[in-house]
Amino acid sequence: MNRLIISGSIIVLFFAGLALFAPLLAPYDPGMIDIDNILTSPSGEHLLGTDSLGRDLLSRMVYGTRISLLVGLIAVGISAFIGVILGSLAGYYGKWVDALIMRFVDVMLCFPTFFLILAVIALLEPGIVNIMIIIGVTSWMGVARLIRAEILSLKERDFIYAEKAIGASDFRIITRHLIPNAMGPVLVSVTLGVAAAILVESSLSFLGIGVQPPTPSWGNILSEGKSVMGAAWWMLFFPGLAIFITVLGYNLLGEGIRENLLKT
Amino acid sequence: MPREALTKPGKLITLSISIHRLKTVFFKAVFLFAAFMLLAFSRADYGDTIVVGSIGEPRTLVPILASDSSSGTICGMIFNGLLKYDKDLHLTGDLAESWSVSDDGLEIIFYLRKGVMWHDGEPFTAKDVKFTYERLIDSGIRTPYAGDFIMVKDFQVIDEHTVKVVYGEPFSPGLSSWTMNIMPEHLLKSEDLNNTSFSRMPVGTGPYIFKSWQTGEKIELVSNHDYFEGRPYIGRYIYRVIPDQATLFLELRAEGVDFSSLTPLQFKRQTQSKFFEKNFRKFHYPSFGYTYMGYNLKDPRFRDMRVRQAINYAVDKDEIVRGVLLELGRPATGPFIPESWAYNKDIKPARFDPDRAHQLLKEAGWSDKDGDGILEKDGGKFSFTVITNQGNEQRRMTAEIIQRRLKGVGIDMKIKIIEWSTFVSEFIDKRRFDAVLLGWGLSLDPDMYDIWHSSKTKEGEFNFVGYSNSEVDRLLLEGRRTFDRDERTRVYHRVHEILYEEQPYLFLYVPDSLPIAHRRFKGIEQGIGGIGYNFIKWHVPKDEQKYRR
Amino acid sequence: MIKYIFRRLISMVPLLFGITIITFTVIHIAPGKPTDMETQFNPKVSLEARDRIAKLYGLDKPLHVQYADWLRRMARFDFGVSFVDSRPVMKKISERIPVTLGINFVSIILILLIGVPIGISSAVRENTFYDRAMTVFVFIGFAMPTIWLSLILMDLVGVRWGILPVSGLKSLEFERLGLLEKIMDVSRHLVLPVFVSAFAGLAGISRYMRTNMVQVLRQNYIRTARAKGLSEREVIYKHALKNALLPIVTILGLSVPGLIGGSVIFESIFSIPGMGRLFYESVMSRDYPVIMGVLVIGAVLTLLGNLLADVSYAAVDPRIKLE
Repeated sequence: MNRLIISGSIIVLFFAGLALFAPLLAPYDPGMIDIDNILTSPSGEHLLGTDSLGRDLLSRMVYGTRISLLVGLIAVGISAFIGVILGSLAGYYGKWVDALIMRFVDVMLCFPTFFLILAVIALLEPGIVNIMIIIGVTSWMGVARLIRAEILSLKERDFIYAEKAIGASDFRIITRHLIPNAMGPVLVSVTLGVAAAILVESSLSFLGIGVQPPTPSWGNILSEGKSVMGAAWWMLFFPGLAIFITVLGYNLLGEGIRENLLKT
Repeated sequence: MPREALTKPGKLITLSISIHRLKTVFFKAVFLFAAFMLLAFSRADYGDTIVVGSIGEPRTLVPILASDSSSGTICGMIFNGLLKYDKDLHLTGDLAESWSVSDDGLEIIFYLRKGVMWHDGEPFTAKDVKFTYERLIDSGIRTPYAGDFIMVKDFQVIDEHTVKVVYGEPFSPGLSSWTMNIMPEHLLKSEDLNNTSFSRMPVGTGPYIFKSWQTGEKIELVSNHDYFEGRPYIGRYIYRVIPDQATLFLELRAEGVDFSSLTPLQFKRQTQSKFFEKNFRKFHYPSFGYTYMGYNLKDPRFRDMRVRQAINYAVDKDEIVRGVLLELGRPATGPFIPESWAYNKDIKPARFDPDRAHQLLKEAGWSDKDGDGILEKDGGKFSFTVITNQGNEQRRMTAEIIQRRLKGVGIDMKIKIIEWSTFVSEFIDKRRFDAVLLGWGLSLDPDMYDIWHSSKTKEGEFNFVGYSNSEVDRLLLEGRRTFDRDERTRVYHRVHEILYEEQPYLFLYVPDSLPIAHRRFKGIEQGIGGIGYNFIKWHVPKDEQKYRR
Repeated sequence: MIKYIFRRLISMVPLLFGITIITFTVIHIAPGKPTDMETQFNPKVSLEARDRIAKLYGLDKPLHVQYADWLRRMARFDFGVSFVDSRPVMKKISERIPVTLGINFVSIILILLIGVPIGISSAVRENTFYDRAMTVFVFIGFAMPTIWLSLILMDLVGVRWGILPVSGLKSLEFERLGLLEKIMDVSRHLVLPVFVSAFAGLAGISRYMRTNMVQVLRQNYIRTARAKGLSEREVIYKHALKNALLPIVTILGLSVPGLIGGSVIFESIFSIPGMGRLFYESVMSRDYPVIMGVLVIGAVLTLLGNLLADVSYAAVDPRIKLE
């Protein structure tokens, strides 16, 4: 364990806790509109102030943690899933399978990822599910390359030959032996991916095609904060801070894991 | 749709004011003094630049193709129509000096101004009007304005400065359609208007001459010293494109922009500082449009008029005006703005009354049997989705407020915000919606045939809620076939009454336009239609001028 | 070498096919039509007018015909004309590309100038307080949401202190300035956007550099060099640095798409007319030819970037033979 992992984990766990216990922690109903208390500054009653419909910002931030983390985690889950499958197929079978998949990876890598996400999200309907799917579908290439490289080096090892000799199926070899052994670098890439996905969600919200209201996400609170900037600093400051700290946390954690892997 | 406050510059005879005041004095003295005053009053300084900040960028400067507000704003500075609206929103001559309508309303004769020059020095004549008309009805051209002009049966050039327009049947919105900007024949006759360099370097007759356009940055215009209503005082007009609202506001705060529109929040809460008081002047007046929630009338739940009326009682429009517009606007009761002569002032808006709403819903057969707070009828829950377009914060907030109020009477409303293009083609055109939250921008003529007539319900047409009422159908036809103002007033007042009673839309609000201008600009006057009609008279005293050249 | 480049260029052809098919699919799975923007939502626009517009654009043809048409024009480097303003797509893109590439070029230089030394010094002082502090510092840059940082800086530096312009690329009086003043003017406008994008990009390069350097420092020849009694300075700057720097070239090649694509947000915020904004605007108005054009040109630039990176990598590293 190094210090990067520790500090990263503390941040990550803190926000995971917020997300998990949101209903217990939020002082108000995040959807409760109060026209007479629009954009009131932070006070004892509303610790982080209220938004442009008079809703309690703290409660919205706490529930927003759920959405933002969910988007990050599921998007990355999808990308890891696709990346691991395609990467291990390419690495294990080699030849034309490998060539085909890797050319596909090359093609996908040629696109500015954010453009691709932007195009698809804007052209489909924005919404939590679409956002998660599209971030996932456009960001698996790194994982695929990692897995392929690991498997290429693993599959020539003795224990794989032994497995083959006793007649284990390809599926069993890939899922029981190759993938688990290649998991380290994937874990790093997944951790960093969560952070990236959270940033992408906030960028999409900025462009108005992120998570849809009335569901609060950090990204759409931030983008509302932008439009009321100057009248309500808290609407810009707090969501920005939350995104910042969380992304930092995941990055530190990922770097920590990477360093540990390098050492062993 | 965002609307620019600064629309079309108009003419104003400033001298009349000074002469009026002095009519009791001895004639000769009057004359001398008036001459003196004339000098004093008109001694506004020429020069300086106005920097207008806008989120949108014009798409084309070919006026008959321009359908977005940015293109309209710039075209309005460069071109003129035959007619225009004055300070009090009356039609008045622009390129036409005068006009006459025959008694049966079928013929209009326009007498064109003589001696008007295009910016390139060619004279403006009837040929240009004919050319513009022919392009408007040319099916090969992507103009959205053909609708009003295909009603014209015959177009005749009588002489170089007279044209005659003949309609097949009386068509009262016809006159106002001639506010359409006129294009130069000599430059465009052999051009394909869909694909011409003119769209990025237009030549008009208007108060400002096109100079340059840096895509994504700015458009620069310079004043036309030979403008037929007099040389505009402000020497240069720069239209800066700043795509983000927050950045635009920061630029205003840094005085990088002189003129822009504010959001209600910016108007009320962000421009109260000493800095803004000292350096800027804010305006507010009703915009030409209203926001509504339209129901899909094919939906059996909404086909029942009592349900629609119940929703009208359940939603507090004053609350929306307070919360969303911060009181900068008014509740709407119908499809006209309150200033219009077509607006029926006898209609009293329903009070916010959830009990009455409950009662009406009960009469319609809706009640909460399982106690989950949502009403049921025949085993189905009252749950629907309202869709609105992305990029409009006010509509988003309005939807969220309505959502809460409807929950209060046991109706579950979901919100879906959809990007504009998809919104129109997949949902509106195909009638795939329960309810829509939208706004209509209004033209000054109250003709609403396209929105309410029962024949206009095909895919892509504008009666997408599927409203059908034979009396309204008849009245709408009557309204566009007569020129008599009293007659039309009666017709539209009745239409207003029926629409409010039947509630095919939940009429929500008429927002205010909220322009802000730098204080150094003098001579800005607010008319019924807002500011900007006398733009060519705006000026900056020499010692306050900021941009020198 | 020339043979290698030639072979690589040939192998780009199937990739390009892949690219065009993906772009075409992405666009056409989408609902919405370009005609919606043209006509907006105007009761004065008749249905016939909309149909007329659709026909003019060729949108009534079947999809594969549209693709074939497009491909045929592509072969002649004709990207067609924009649906929005009828201007050639190439012209619209070539107006925007210099701005985006220019800004990114400056910020890449900045990133290298700052990021490489940070990476090296961190690696040399591995696991010290300095190393940890630098790690946190560069990740602060990465983790700050662009919007947030930009707005805060614009408000502070542009409005409150008034020392730099808030947004845009040039002053209104730009045309009348002398050459030197012009350069000054543009530089002043670029300070904030370049800072924001460079700060965000610092983490990538410096971390990569650090990892490389750490690995290089563990290599046998470094141990040998140390054993020979060379000074630490000599070991690091003469032997280790060169080898650790090489892979950076590849990273630069790979980061081309990010350079073009990552700019949407700050171009909108700073109202800079670059590729990012062009792309966003064309997506929003369903301007198919421009969307296709930007994606294809972006992809081609990436391919060329990768090739260039591989070639220069081989040129500087004698161990690598291009076959």
